[in-house]
Amino acid sequence: MNLTLKIWRQANTTSKGEMVTYPIENVSPDMSFLEMMDVLNEQLINKGIDPVAFDHDCREGICGMCSMYINGEAHGPDRLVTTCQLHMRKFKDGETITIEPFRANAFPVVKDLAVDRSAFDRIQHAGGFVSVNTSGNTQDANNIPIDKHDADKAFDAATCIGCGACVASCKNASAMLFVSAKVSQYALLPQGKIEATDRVLNMVKQMDDEGFGNCTNTGACEVECPKGISLENIARMNREYLFATAKG
Amino acid sequence: MASLDSKIPKGPLSDKWTNHKSHINLVSPANKRLIDIIVVGTGLAGASASATLAELGYNVKAFCFQDSPRRAHSIAAQGGINAAKNYQGDGDSTYRLFYDTVKGGDYRSRESNVHRLAEVSTNIIDQCVAQGVPFARDYGGLLDNRSFGGVLVSRTFYAKGQTGQQLLLGAYSAMNRQIGRGKIKMYNRHEMMDLVLVDRKARGIIARNLVTGAVERHGAHAVVVASGGYGNVFFLSTNAMGSNVSAGWKIHQKGAHFANPCFTQIHPTCIPVSGDHQSKLTLMSESLRNDGRIWVPKNLDEVQAIREGKLSPTQLKEEDRDYYLERRYPAFGNLVPRDVASRAAKERCDAGYGVNATGEAVYLDFAAAITRYGKEQAHVKGLNENDAALVKKLGQDVVRSKYGNLFQMYEKIVDQNPYETPMMIYPAVHYTMGGVWVDYNLMTSIPGCYAIGEANFSDHGANRLGASALMQGLADGYFVLPYTIGDYLADDIRTGAIATDSPEFDAAEKAVLDKISLFLNNKGEHSVDYYHKKLGKIMWDKCGMSRNAEGLKEAMAEIKALREDFYKNVNVPGTDTEFNEQLAKAGRVADFLELGELFAKDALERTESCGGHFREESQTPEGEAMRDDENFTFVSAWEYKGEPADAVLHKEDLNYEEIEVKTRSYK
Repeated sequence: MNLTLKIWRQANTTSKGEMVTYPIENVSPDMSFLEMMDVLNEQLINKGIDPVAFDHDCREGICGMCSMYINGEAHGPDRLVTTCQLHMRKFKDGETITIEPFRANAFPVVKDLAVDRSAFDRIQHAGGFVSVNTSGNTQDANNIPIDKHDADKAFDAATCIGCGACVASCKNASAMLFVSAKVSQYALLPQGKIEATDRVLNMVKQMDDEGFGNCTNTGACEVECPKGISLENIARMNREYLFATAKG
Repeated sequence: MASLDSKIPKGPLSDKWTNHKSHINLVSPANKRLIDIIVVGTGLAGASASATLAELGYNVKAFCFQDSPRRAHSIAAQGGINAAKNYQGDGDSTYRLFYDTVKGGDYRSRESNVHRLAEVSTNIIDQCVAQGVPFARDYGGLLDNRSFGGVLVSRTFYAKGQTGQQLLLGAYSAMNRQIGRGKIKMYNRHEMMDLVLVDRKARGIIARNLVTGAVERHGAHAVVVASGGYGNVFFLSTNAMGSNVSAGWKIHQKGAHFANPCFTQIHPTCIPVSGDHQSKLTLMSESLRNDGRIWVPKNLDEVQAIREGKLSPTQLKEEDRDYYLERRYPAFGNLVPRDVASRAAKERCDAGYGVNATGEAVYLDFAAAITRYGKEQAHVKGLNENDAALVKKLGQDVVRSKYGNLFQMYEKIVDQNPYETPMMIYPAVHYTMGGVWVDYNLMTSIPGCYAIGEANFSDHGANRLGASALMQGLADGYFVLPYTIGDYLADDIRTGAIATDSPEFDAAEKAVLDKISLFLNNKGEHSVDYYHKKLGKIMWDKCGMSRNAEGLKEAMAEIKALREDFYKNVNVPGTDTEFNEQLAKAGRVADFLELGELFAKDALERTESCGGHFREESQTPEGEAMRDDENFTFVSAWEYKGEPADAVLHKEDLNYEEIEVKTRSYK
């Protein structure tokens, strides 16, 4: 396959960026999208051009580090995959592919396609935990039976990889799907219930302070989420938040 | 130079850890506030250690090269975590987990460390559940288990195919709590460039901010390296792209012995290589071998027909299939340990039975499991057990609920539906049992410098059993290191903060800056990846699943030549004041180019076969690995002397008090 790539180039957070066009030839359909980017970078290096910076690590769709906005969609046209699991067979010979970083005020560009998602970490610092010490002196694990359906739902919420596709896909750059996934996981489990009030208040406050937008229920986040995190979690977080504010 | 004192406590094996904990020195809560600890790496071991050390009251500085601690590659572990809970009532016990681990490691691990690991395994499950880790449960609300290779009980706890993710997010949440309280200072996108020694003690590190390029000095009373394994020395492995040996190698260069580098795990079930563009390999969890049956065709004609696409594997009759693991190892069947399963796959493929175009793939087939589960479900629901279509659908639903994400991952990569046609798999580099040598307290041969998790060597011998890496990472981080480190730090309560304006820091920083400018000013003709791929090919061809003296000697010479060429001809673009991934990678590949040679030297020295280390010169007439206990029941700990070929061997003899050393048989 021969392709034309239009890629966002930006030297650092404060400099101005622009789209730059690069042709690429002999792309195999079995390549992953990032392997195609590796080939491009190898060619750029050999030509003396600065390679394109992008975040990636595990390349098996679980670390959440890769983050490209491809042809107007977070992680590209395929569903339920991260960019590293997107394969070139999803594109056609001769196609032009536009590649941008995840765009949001709360995700400043580091360089080219790499963005700073530390706002997500700071939201987790505010309440994304159960306050139990790691001494190992807890009760036996089977002393807390948990309804299988609740356990499974908590697990589904907990599979969020923190990639930020939800924010990049949202016209308001809202982080509600990300935050609600963590709030839901703990709200569904007895271990998390004790601190539920403080957790949701603190995490939502931090989310607002970071400059993420509000949720207007368009559902774009759910469609683009590589892990299929459900909008139900946002509804659950809203309920938790309402209870928490009523409790004061 | 530091001697090899493993500091194993005296007394009966099962009392050693309890007695040791009761007698080591403690640091009072008030004094812990005066002590700084650096932790490099935020995987299961690093994150759990950082969280616990901070909870205990120490000031922790944690470093990771990724953009968040949650990205560390522990996140990708799929199948599960072992613990001797005996919830299934199938005869499991601390002793049995200990025994299986020592046997699985082919009698090359340290008995006292493994026993401690088995002892604390049950605490890990309790701890993780208390933190809200959503393990799989049965309909009664209790925890579910499955079975892994090399054992005859079900002791593996799991969260679908994302156990590593859930455990790491649990440890990350414990870290977050301490970051929020200000007890951990987190340095994302930072790389450890060197260790700083003052008066022969580890007193800090030089780190580089990967975004701005700034080189920073960080002082501390102790340094903990939790930087994972070095599988990426093979270029292609199941490790993350950024996984590297550099933190471990830097401390090796500063005096920490490096143990058993040739003990590498080649995992039997990975997705085969598809072409030259391949950047990494993807694992299909060992848990799949609970339900999948591994086979190749019996006849070469049919192999040919399958390769040419004239025959589909589902058309091949039962009697024309060779379920070679079930044939060779009837007792353990498809659940033999990883080293055995990998070699058996290689044996069949070398004999010409590989089922894909490259001839390097075997089948992992779920058809039998789908039928078995489907019939069971039909029976439970009172439906017709003889309705093949219904049984298939019900069976596929059960398989989906157990392994759904793995099947999806396979389909995305290979573009085939594994519910309908068998998966194709082939062995790939996955884990490194070797690593930095540590004593019972997990301290390296440098005072004040510790190594935990995959970065150290201690618990898995020559082969790691499935679902034991997560166990070891969390055991070291939550329950071992935070206590043993106090024994050393008790002498440091009056030291005060470590100054970073000393000549030792000056010298370490200058060496780092010199190396960076060497790379950037080299302006050679080949990219960093060019060298990494060449190194990987040498390693796979000559230090892979099967090794011999001639090949290993060639590997040593070729790697040395490649390293020399790298320093002459590598091309690193960009500057040192920007986000420059090529520059970061150049430093990592430089270290791999040294490690690779030591790896080959270690493999050459060990003329026996054991675990993942198979020397062609040492095998039984049936082609099974043959150990040489008389001459090789020791840990090879290498002391750095500049050139890897000049490294000096120190031996730690392994003594087995509780276990009778036997030939490992899974037949």
